[in-house]
Amino acid sequence: MTEGTDVMNPLHPAAQGPHVLEAAVDAARAAFAGAADLAALAAVKPAHLGDRAPLLLARRELGTLPGPERADAGKRVNAARQQVQEAFDARREVLAVERDARVLAEEAVDVTLPWDRTPRGARHPLTQISEHIVDVFVAMGWEVAEGPEVESSWLNFDALNFGKDHPARTMQDTFYLGDSETSGTVLRTHTSPVQVRSLLERDLPVYVVCPGRTFRTDALDATHTPVFHQVEGIAIDRGLTMAHLKGTLDAFARAMFGTTSKIRMRPSYFPFTEPSAEPDVWFPQKKGGAGWVEWGGCGMVHPNVLRAAGVDPRVYSGFAFGMGLERTLMFRNGIPDMRDMVEGDVRFSRAFGV
Amino acid sequence: MRVPMSWLAELVGGSGLPAADEVGEAFVRVGFEIEDVHRGPEITGALVVGRVRDIEELTGLKKPIRWCQVQVGPEAANGIICGARNFAVGDLVVVALPGAVLPGGFAISARRTYGHVSDGMIASAKELGIGADHAGILVLPPGSAEPGAQARPLLGVDDTVIELNVNPDRGYCFSLRGLAREFACATDADYTDPAARVEVPDANGDAWPVRLDDPACVRFVGRRVDGVDPAAPAPWWMQRRLLAAGMRPISLVVDVTNYVMLELGQPLHAYDAARLTGGIVVRRARAGETLRTLDGVDRTLRPDDLLITDDSGPIGLAGVMGGASTEIALPAARPDGTPGPDGRIDVLVEAAHFSPPVIARGARRHKLPSEASRRFERTVDPALPPVAAERAALLLVAHGGGTIAAGRTDAGAAPAPVPVRMPLDTPDRVAGVAYAPGATVRRLGQVGCSVELVTADGTVVPDGGVGDVGGVGGVDLVVATPPSWRPDLELPADLVEEVLRLEGLDVIPSVLPAAPPGRGLTPAQLRRRAVSRGLAEAGYVEVLPFPFVDPSVWDAFGLAPDDVRRRTVHVLNPLDADRPELGTTLLPGLLDMLVRNRSRGLADVALYTVGQVVLPHANPVPMPDPVVDRRPTDAEIAQIDAALPAQPLHVGAVLAGDRDARGWWGAGRAAGWADAVQAAKLVGSAAGVELRVTTATLAPWHPGRCAALRVGDWVVGHAGELHPKVVEALGLPSRTCAMELDLDALPLRDARPAPRISPYPPIAVDVALVAAADVSAAKLADTLLDGGGDLLEDVRLFDVYTGAQVGAGKRSLAFNLRFRAADRTLTNEEANAARDAAVALATERHAATLRS
Repeated sequence: MTEGTDVMNPLHPAAQGPHVLEAAVDAARAAFAGAADLAALAAVKPAHLGDRAPLLLARRELGTLPGPERADAGKRVNAARQQVQEAFDARREVLAVERDARVLAEEAVDVTLPWDRTPRGARHPLTQISEHIVDVFVAMGWEVAEGPEVESSWLNFDALNFGKDHPARTMQDTFYLGDSETSGTVLRTHTSPVQVRSLLERDLPVYVVCPGRTFRTDALDATHTPVFHQVEGIAIDRGLTMAHLKGTLDAFARAMFGTTSKIRMRPSYFPFTEPSAEPDVWFPQKKGGAGWVEWGGCGMVHPNVLRAAGVDPRVYSGFAFGMGLERTLMFRNGIPDMRDMVEGDVRFSRAFGV
Repeated sequence: MRVPMSWLAELVGGSGLPAADEVGEAFVRVGFEIEDVHRGPEITGALVVGRVRDIEELTGLKKPIRWCQVQVGPEAANGIICGARNFAVGDLVVVALPGAVLPGGFAISARRTYGHVSDGMIASAKELGIGADHAGILVLPPGSAEPGAQARPLLGVDDTVIELNVNPDRGYCFSLRGLAREFACATDADYTDPAARVEVPDANGDAWPVRLDDPACVRFVGRRVDGVDPAAPAPWWMQRRLLAAGMRPISLVVDVTNYVMLELGQPLHAYDAARLTGGIVVRRARAGETLRTLDGVDRTLRPDDLLITDDSGPIGLAGVMGGASTEIALPAARPDGTPGPDGRIDVLVEAAHFSPPVIARGARRHKLPSEASRRFERTVDPALPPVAAERAALLLVAHGGGTIAAGRTDAGAAPAPVPVRMPLDTPDRVAGVAYAPGATVRRLGQVGCSVELVTADGTVVPDGGVGDVGGVGGVDLVVATPPSWRPDLELPADLVEEVLRLEGLDVIPSVLPAAPPGRGLTPAQLRRRAVSRGLAEAGYVEVLPFPFVDPSVWDAFGLAPDDVRRRTVHVLNPLDADRPELGTTLLPGLLDMLVRNRSRGLADVALYTVGQVVLPHANPVPMPDPVVDRRPTDAEIAQIDAALPAQPLHVGAVLAGDRDARGWWGAGRAAGWADAVQAAKLVGSAAGVELRVTTATLAPWHPGRCAALRVGDWVVGHAGELHPKVVEALGLPSRTCAMELDLDALPLRDARPAPRISPYPPIAVDVALVAAADVSAAKLADTLLDGGGDLLEDVRLFDVYTGAQVGAGKRSLAFNLRFRAADRTLTNEEANAARDAAVALATERHAATLRS
């Protein structure tokens, strides 16, 4: 490691001679090349570039030379020293690259090892589809309204033009609350009372969607659940027509089922709308080929509903619509059994992510 | 309502109907839903009418068997073995000859059985696929056809039946009369009103004395046929139509009343006049009265029940079901010896009109939805009673003999229709369509309205039926007088619907309305989403439990008898009798779902839900019932909200098993109280509120592992590990943890102040404080923050130690304090001074000492 010092005698008067310097440079190059790694290189460095390295000593002794010789020898010494420094730097660069490559190779791992250390959470697909629908309407300038699930019969029925003995009242199999059917409190059978509340609370015009949980006394089976979800919408403004209803539902259908989707309407009956219709939606991904799927109810808001909410039906008109979210999800995502949405098995929700 | 195509065809023009699919589509276009399409049964091969010539009873067999000679052509007679006994020599029957295949692939061949070669089969209605009746073979009424005639057309097996769902506003469509009109409107086909074909002659006097004591009976028509043979069968065409419409032929009188009801929509009732005692009075029930209805059930009547009575008392629940005592009975069933030796009886036919709500309530009260009540509660044409009674009387005479008595009772009267007025262009304005001139007038005429137009100067243009009157200049108003069968047409909107649906909803264009600029989601809505997302991102899975609760869960929860959570809203008619209460907390539903997941082999479960809970008021105000022809007053609205229970939005989470899974990295970490508290704090941070944790004691949580979450001093929820007794009582996994917060109780933070970010370096100092073990870490940290002043940026607990070095009942808590100044590089002296101040305050408040 220190062979150079044996060859060179720093005190030799010809220490700055060309041959001597050449030998020192060669010795340094050999030493650097012989260093196998950065540590070895660092170990041989002082002998050739350190304070007591031959070239440094030769430089120090320049002052003892006479003027003309001194300048000449100075140039030679500096050139030699630069060659040694370059040799060192080059070797260090090579060794650094080698080291980096080795370290990276050593640190390699099996990146396919699973890292499922914390469990995966999920939001229920009904929540997700409800938010999606709401966002579609918010993007059109509508607002979102909510209301209580335990509701007054007046808002759930009377204000919606269900007469006290109207057969439609029994069509919606109602959970009655309290001590008797006449206690005046029910679990809302639809989100429509929120529409009435919106009309009572807001200034006209009103464009709102009402997502929420609703209740009917249907036993749980593959296609029914007593607790289900709806999204309803109501728009009350001057000059609204059934064409506006259709346009709104068309836009809604496109947002939910793709740009080729659309709506057709069949006449129907609901106490709170007149005329009433049932929309069918064109569902391009329908099982067995694109086709129409029944998708809720709609119509022009009945003048009696407007009147009960304090809106003058001679000045304002409007439309309303409503869809069941479970049913929508079932046909959109091919869910075969309603119970999957109800039972709370984490494997079901997890499939839909956050 | 089932519509046999052949019956429909008879009422809508002579050119024949299109295919069943097209007929169905026409009904759908005008607002009917198709429930089902019943195609005729699949029958191939020879199916003929036969006349039974001879019957030989075979003896010595396990069951009675007949060897019959059946004439199946002008000459030919086949020998056929038959196990049924409901026929006699001379009867007309239906014979499937060898080679025929009946529904279900039932192939008929000549085969040897019971010692004879049976050359065909005598068929029952069920075997033919035209009815459910398998009690015996099908016996056709005498004269239906000649032996050997093709039986297929007679049986109507080629007839398709469309089953339609009729909306409750269209009572008139519970009849062929109404549905044929709808079909004619949908297709512009000719239509013959079957009611108009019945000639109602003038009568002489009453058929029976009737008095209406209650306005709920609007009209009562009685017509009597004297000398009817009650044993005569209804003609085969009538029986076949009843079968096709889903009713069972029973006897001539019953079949005739049912047939007229299906045809015209008017429910009828037939009394055996000899069994009536004195005049008929329609009135409400009196206390203690009872009635045995036709179904043999003795019913206790309520004062609201509308009754048909005679001198003997109630003889029918009006509009719902008749009584047994005046039923038409065959001679054998008549205890009083009537009728006379000729077997003939006098039949009084009732055709009445009742108030729909009264019938609806009665049918509901007695849980007796009948064909009659179904129609009456949806309103029957009040002009029909005399027509329907006449039609029935004529059919009885035609098929059962006898004569129509001269008199007709017609008590009460049909209400006069009320004209509806509207501007002529109302349908156009509602639809957003410019309809062809005259469309409105034409469509209203089609549904049966008589239409007048009124010009701007008040001139009345009668006869709205004229083509394009709508194009006449200056016409302003249309005045439509609805037909008697359309009492649902009360408002312009009702007329509009008729025009729109008959013109077709498919002509309405698609126009997107421009809503005014919205304000987006409210802060509360955004918060709900953030909370839900936060929990899901943290590994919780959202579930949506039902709100229905078994009250025994409160005992399992260990709630005190006076715990406010036991005060629930009761469901009067729960689906599950064990769960009649609405939850005051989300935890029972969440825990149910936790157990379900565990039972399905999922060991590590973390669930959450966001939903309303129902908290009744201690002293609720009564629910008001405002009128509906105006906006409720502010006081009424306020009272509605005050009468409803409070329904705050809660968020709850439960977890059990491992929170961090076991894996190749090492052991798992069991879910614990701290995870529940962390979930609660996560909700807080998602909501932009720093929740303070304090120790608490509340069922169903473990008394030593329960945290209260507070905003300021206000408790907004609890979190921790459940009480071991609760875990045991509910069969939960050990160490199950839970949290529940009242989201609505968190203040909404829509504009949070921005922090000041200092660019200067911090100085971190560690302190270990020894304090009594019951001084909570949160309290100590709060105190350090108070004492450290403005320079103390953060306090973080990094070690907890208990043991000999600090002594019994004590605990050492090690905190890392991070100091930083807003405007300069802090010196060590400043930081140490601030630390000393923090420690001093801890000493003062909690007797904490620096651990040496």
